[in-house]
Amino acid sequence: MSGDPRTRIAARAALELEPGDVVNLGIGIPNLIPGILAPDAGVVIHTENGLLGVGPRPAQDAVDPDLVDAAKLPVTALPGAAYFDSADSFAMIRGGHVDVAVLGALQVSAAGDIANWAVPGRDVLGVGGAMDLVVGARRVIVTMTATTGAGEPKVVPECTYPLTARGAADVVVTELSVFRLREGRLVLVELLGGATLDDVARATSAAYEVELG
Amino acid sequence: MTSVRRVSAEQAISRVRSGDVVMVGGFGLVGAPLTLIDALVETSDARDLTIVSNNVGEAGRGLGLLLRQGRIRKAIASYFTSNPEAVAAVNAGQLDYQLLPQGTFAEAIRAAGAGLGGFYTPVGAGTLLAEGKEERLIDGVPHLLERPLRADVALVHAARADELGNLWYRGTARNFNPLMAAAAGLTIAEAGEIVPVGGIEPEAVATPHLYVDLLVGAKRL
Repeated sequence: MSGDPRTRIAARAALELEPGDVVNLGIGIPNLIPGILAPDAGVVIHTENGLLGVGPRPAQDAVDPDLVDAAKLPVTALPGAAYFDSADSFAMIRGGHVDVAVLGALQVSAAGDIANWAVPGRDVLGVGGAMDLVVGARRVIVTMTATTGAGEPKVVPECTYPLTARGAADVVVTELSVFRLREGRLVLVELLGGATLDDVARATSAAYEVELG
Repeated sequence: MTSVRRVSAEQAISRVRSGDVVMVGGFGLVGAPLTLIDALVETSDARDLTIVSNNVGEAGRGLGLLLRQGRIRKAIASYFTSNPEAVAAVNAGQLDYQLLPQGTFAEAIRAAGAGLGGFYTPVGAGTLLAEGKEERLIDGVPHLLERPLRADVALVHAARADELGNLWYRGTARNFNPLMAAAAGLTIAEAGEIVPVGGIEPEAVATPHLYVDLLVGAKRL
């Protein structure tokens, strides 16, 4: 894996996806995954604004103004795609019919709590579909850099930012490592990009166990 | 069968009164009824409006224009962040607001249109957005009681309507439009194209005509 950290994180998260999975991708790092997935990966992409079977981004001269993803960026629809209204789309999500949600986060706790929609004291007033996705998707993969721009760890003992949901994360992929939540235990399972155990320890304030591959 | 009443955008918008709750379809500007929003901005004096829409337009576009006119008292949405001016208005205390998870927002509109008194959802339990809501354990999982969202007027956009008022949507422009068409006392639909009865296959009708009160030709498909 090479390139910038965000692309490396997306590439590692993409390896978690299995043929046949219906996957919803959040804004930011997760939205890099379609450009990384092999065309024959067999993954079906769902976007909460009402499309199952999202295809690649169109050429500039082929943009359809009625066809966007949740980031409001132009997309295409693959053969076999389906359109539906927003209530149906979130019924699919809450009803457990979407297999995987990949999304960014501001903090993840040792218990898998996710905070990804608000920062105290900051002008953000948007939750979008994040709460529905982390509660409803059968597997939740968090993709984020290990630390904030100021170097503060994002995998923390307890979230200090407003919660999106408790105990929702199953996998956390950063540029340094992969963590898995196993029956409420946070477990470091893989080091990435030449990172050492010390690198992960310095970038992580939560307690975790180590069970490398 | 009687045809749906065809009126100009200005005539339709004259039915919006000060203090009304107005639902506006669209995910961002995709599927937003921009012809009706323009008429609301340019030809109406209705003020103190409560707007129910996923976003409050964008800065200076769509509902963002109505916001600049200071005519929105309250906004109910899932994502104000698309319009920094809406976020600023909330922080300055000039705009009352209610933030809902997007699936809850959609289902609350659907519930109103379907005549339900609300529903329990696990989404949002244990978060800031649970404040003031009844929480109940269902099969051991905390759920929140969410109330239906109704409106006095709904403004929706469809790519195609027939002369009865049946609506057909294109691509991801469907989003909240069919839900809102069912949840208001008065539903005003704009359509990019208006075709004779039979011009939309019955299986392709996403909003049956009984929901639509007034039909307006849109300036775009």
